[in-house]
Amino acid sequence: MKRRTLLASAAAVALAFSGTAMAEDKTKVGFVFVGPVGDGGWTTEHNNGRLAVEEAFGDKVETVFQEKVPEGADSERVMTQMALSGADLIFTTSFGYMDPTINVAKKFPDVKFEHATGYRQSENVSSYSARFYEGRAVIGHIAGKMTKTNKVGYIASFPIPEVIRGINSAYLHAKRVNPDVEFSVVWVYTWEDAAKEADAAEALINQGADILMQHTDTTAPMLKAEEAGILAFGQASDMIAAGPNAQLTSIIDDWAPYYIERTQAVMDGTWGSQNTWHGIKEGMVAFADMSDKIPTDVRAEALQMIEDLKDGSYHAFTGPINKQDGSAWLAEGETADDGTLAGMSFYVEGITGDIPN
Amino acid sequence: MIRLEKRAQPSQFWTFATPFLAVIMTMIVGGIMFAALGSDPFEAIRTIFWDPLFSEQFAAYSRPQLLVKAGPLILIAIGLSLGFKAGIWNIGAEGQYIIGAICGAGMGLAFYPSESFVIFPLMILAGALGGWAWAMIPAVLKVRFGTNEILVSLMLVYVAENLLASVSSGLLKNPDGMGFPGSRNLQQYPAAANLEIFQSTGMHWGVLSAFIAVIFAYALLSRHMFGFQIRLAGEAPRAARFAGVRPSRIVFLCLGIAGALAGMAGMFEVAGPAGQITIDFNSGYGFTAIIVAFLGRLHPIGILFAGLLMALTYIGGELASLMLGIPSAAIQLFQGMLLFFLLATDVFINFRIRFSKREVV
Repeated sequence: MKRRTLLASAAAVALAFSGTAMAEDKTKVGFVFVGPVGDGGWTTEHNNGRLAVEEAFGDKVETVFQEKVPEGADSERVMTQMALSGADLIFTTSFGYMDPTINVAKKFPDVKFEHATGYRQSENVSSYSARFYEGRAVIGHIAGKMTKTNKVGYIASFPIPEVIRGINSAYLHAKRVNPDVEFSVVWVYTWEDAAKEADAAEALINQGADILMQHTDTTAPMLKAEEAGILAFGQASDMIAAGPNAQLTSIIDDWAPYYIERTQAVMDGTWGSQNTWHGIKEGMVAFADMSDKIPTDVRAEALQMIEDLKDGSYHAFTGPINKQDGSAWLAEGETADDGTLAGMSFYVEGITGDIPN
Repeated sequence: MIRLEKRAQPSQFWTFATPFLAVIMTMIVGGIMFAALGSDPFEAIRTIFWDPLFSEQFAAYSRPQLLVKAGPLILIAIGLSLGFKAGIWNIGAEGQYIIGAICGAGMGLAFYPSESFVIFPLMILAGALGGWAWAMIPAVLKVRFGTNEILVSLMLVYVAENLLASVSSGLLKNPDGMGFPGSRNLQQYPAAANLEIFQSTGMHWGVLSAFIAVIFAYALLSRHMFGFQIRLAGEAPRAARFAGVRPSRIVFLCLGIAGALAGMAGMFEVAGPAGQITIDFNSGYGFTAIIVAFLGRLHPIGILFAGLLMALTYIGGELASLMLGIPSAAIQLFQGMLLFFLLATDVFINFRIRFSKREVV
């Protein structure tokens, strides 16, 4: 029902623009999702981007999507079928789709592919990702200021650089304002599994964590935090519905502008392979409303940090920072380069525990 | 009053008829579900069962994919069926599949970047041995200490999953992978790649092995002494003992064969369609194969068709989700119905329905 009304409103928008050229054939944009569109997090936000494309182009585009596509061989088939069904542009929205995307793109040189959060590109494959770690810096700061037990629980998915970067960024900024803070990290080895995420949340709460952070896709940890009466940060999408009392803020991945821009590029024939890594500045990383529970001064600091990250006067990884083993990484005032960040596979000094391998 | 009456003999007719009945009932109830979701039920059923085979747009691609998807299912299910016939419940094929993939890929990567022709056969051997060894754990524990092989083999799946996570972010991690977990892609390493035997047919070495396994199992069960012993052990354990069948030998052989075949399936998958060891490389083939084994009546030819049917519902389900926007959960429900109705209608094999006016005292 909701989808239908959205389509109707998209059609209305298109009518308003009917003065412009009416293209005969629609541009078909496909989306491959790792979770269900209703996960309330990662996939929901990608799907919002898809709906924004429909809204922006009206009947000049047709979008299709497939949800809950396992990473690996199955995703390759899904992408191929999408390309066979006439898609002009396909967004594959999980890290594990990287090699399959490259494979399928080779077979369909006329179809453009956009792979999220990976590092391999080709003639018709672009990569795109967001600087989630900028968001993590802000929530790390808030967590450091607000934890009473000095224990922050962190539900991590897979030990890939993106996730490790997030843990480091959050920890550094929590530690900076609260030297006693400790992070407990639980690896759940899944992006999207409400039961496992809830178990991890439960375990962390039992260990005394009073603030939860998550790098997984569903709202399950937020629901657990709400239930236990503790605080939490939403991930990927505004999770306020799951944690009206628990949520302090959410890091929102706003893919809509990028999806619209790339669809436009395909329509104009200007699409080229590129590697995009956008942050707060470009609007790809945004925040949900700050909760009233955050004290005024902490909120002001957080907002200031967002401003500084936005205008580039502050980098989330600014030295001095040592690696976990005590060796120097960044000197005083030095900032991390994108290459090191992209392949980050080490913890910074102070985090206990090992990255699993 | 309807009541069930036990048959003196299991019905031959219903043994063959229930899979077809289950498919038809799945279509009807699934169709109602699709209609309730606002899709045209006939179009949905056609997309699932017809389009992957005959649609002009997709068939050329999805027909070979049917073999790719069915291959590992059949290979694993054949192994499982031997044990199930003998009353040995190996639920952990998923774990044996994972270990086979790890051993197979590990063997191949150990030789990287050598281009010797012995690499691929060695990988098959390593995969089979890995799966076999993993299945030997519940076998030894069962024979030696009388543990329950259902629990042990199932728990070992989770152990295997953790091993998989460990090797993909440690031992087998691609040195050129910029710190990301996951092994080198074997598709890009010709000596270790499980390529299609004939171009664009989907027929890779794993599919061929599955077909060979079907023939082998058929001959074993109908012509060989060991096949007879398996059936006897399952159907009449006491008689089997009198006939000199050693239960421990049956346990070792059934679990061993199942493990080796599952391990080979994992190896063929990692070297072919999947390409690389990743943290979540396994996608449930080991569990789905249990359904395939029962859907195929534990009979090799039945399993062959059941595997193809299962693959069809997967690929057709994906198409229906793509073309008609049916939610993936509804597709999974549809696939689940198949097993549900099969188990439900199975009651007709051993029972007949009696309609009587009065209640029997």
